[in-house]
Amino acid sequence: MNKTLIELEDIHFRYEQRIVLENIHLKVQEGEFWALIGPNGSGKSTLINIILGLLKPNHGTVKLFGEDIEHFHKRELIGYVSQKSNSFNSGFPATVLEVVRSGLTRKKGLLKRFTKADEQIAMDALKTVKMDAFSGKNIGELSGGQQQRVFIARALAGKPKLLVMDEPTVGIDQQNVASFYTMLNELNREYGIAILLVTHEIDLVTELASHVACLNRSIHFHGVQADYERMGDEAISKWYGHPVRRLHQSEGGTSE
Amino acid sequence: MISALLSYEFLQNAFLAGIIIGLIAPLLGLFIVVRRLALIADALSHVALAGIAGSLYLSQQVLLFSALNPVYFGIGAAVGGSLLIEKLRSVYKHYEELAIPVILSGGIGLGAIFISLSQGFSADLIGYLFGSVSAVSRQDLLVVVVIAIIVTLFIYLFYKELFVLSFDAEYSKVSGVNSRFIQLSFMVVTALVIGASMRIVGILLVSSLMTVPVAAAMQIAKSFKQAMIYSVVLGELAVIIGLVSAFYLDIAPGGTIVMTSIFLLLIVIGWKKIRGEKKVLLKKGEAA
Repeated sequence: MNKTLIELEDIHFRYEQRIVLENIHLKVQEGEFWALIGPNGSGKSTLINIILGLLKPNHGTVKLFGEDIEHFHKRELIGYVSQKSNSFNSGFPATVLEVVRSGLTRKKGLLKRFTKADEQIAMDALKTVKMDAFSGKNIGELSGGQQQRVFIARALAGKPKLLVMDEPTVGIDQQNVASFYTMLNELNREYGIAILLVTHEIDLVTELASHVACLNRSIHFHGVQADYERMGDEAISKWYGHPVRRLHQSEGGTSE
Repeated sequence: MISALLSYEFLQNAFLAGIIIGLIAPLLGLFIVVRRLALIADALSHVALAGIAGSLYLSQQVLLFSALNPVYFGIGAAVGGSLLIEKLRSVYKHYEELAIPVILSGGIGLGAIFISLSQGFSADLIGYLFGSVSAVSRQDLLVVVVIAIIVTLFIYLFYKELFVLSFDAEYSKVSGVNSRFIQLSFMVVTALVIGASMRIVGILLVSSLMTVPVAAAMQIAKSFKQAMIYSVVLGELAVIIGLVSAFYLDIAPGGTIVMTSIFLLLIVIGWKKIRGEKKVLLKKGEAA
């Protein structure tokens, strides 16, 4: 039986008096690729912050790898990729290899220095995302899509079982978005890494994901991708809050 | 100069302390600059001023205090200020930068009160404000050496945590790095470096030795390791040239050190610009 990596039970969260999340139940299991979709302000990032332990829910329990989040210390099992624009200063004087190697910080533990072997691990992670040729480049010199690949390599360096990504394609041009998602699909299929991907795109990702969860304050649908595909655009429009029409890759992209 | 250096203990103290500070101030300064915390060094140095002024005032009033080195008070005040900044940053989670002007103005305010109570600026205080070649005692040098050992050990042992926290604080937190411990230690170590540097560079100019060589290094460094090496080399150059000119001109070394580092920064910016223009010309030539 597959191991449960994330288990959310009856999560409620509010900012002051405003209810952001209510009655959230979700299970992510080993090897699954989840797309968590919803309109802007639907609580997606809040939910991710709760899963990562950056926010505490007002009610409910979060379990990671079967352990209550309060007692979960094996953080290296989770790789995290955020919105590029939120977290990184493009003038930072660091090479791609230095950035990827920093993904091993927690795994190495306190008071231990990086070794040649760690450098090799970082290079292997870069190879996985096809960015090894850029290892000596300054991180600020790369395009948005390339930078996001580097941040995935940083998350992969610690050999995680689960990748959590919060709108990783924000600021990346549409052509690179497609190849970015294809790479995620490969990571999921070839390496068995479970993925929880937050996005406001409702078609491109959901064609690749194995499971889809639709969030707008509460979860309106969660299940396998085939069931999501069978759902009509009207049903999606209802919980989305405004009319939406899904485009398929053959139609050329994403729409809301 | 060499014979004077060999003959006078105070000059040896000043040069040894200067060379050590030229290493540790830019070394730590790199992490301060990339984290966009350059003003923290200013805030802490002004808190150190309050400590020094307080110590000079107390030494006028109570005999016991005149036996104590004011540097200890300056360091103590800077460490206290660093902890207060951290506390204020946690109180104002959405306006963390507010902690800096609050502590900076608090430091100046307290310093002004002690200076007024001591009936104005003494020669001693001027030495602390702008640095002094002649005022570095063996005891001061010992303090600098001890602080330098603490700082280099801290950076050596926590390099990877400092890097990940500086590059991406959110990722550092999520990945389970003990960011709070590293941040608190970082603030205390910054206060220690300010305490160690103020005798040579002066309270008012200490933050520039932590930031100007780094600003120059960042213009030309491709990696973090390179930025670290260039910062230290430029910091050492500024301190040595600054101290030698201060000795010959018989003026406060703080000014000459800082002006040398700014001059080096201008050279680096100019060199980078010329090199960039040359590259463009070469490319145009190849295309033609």
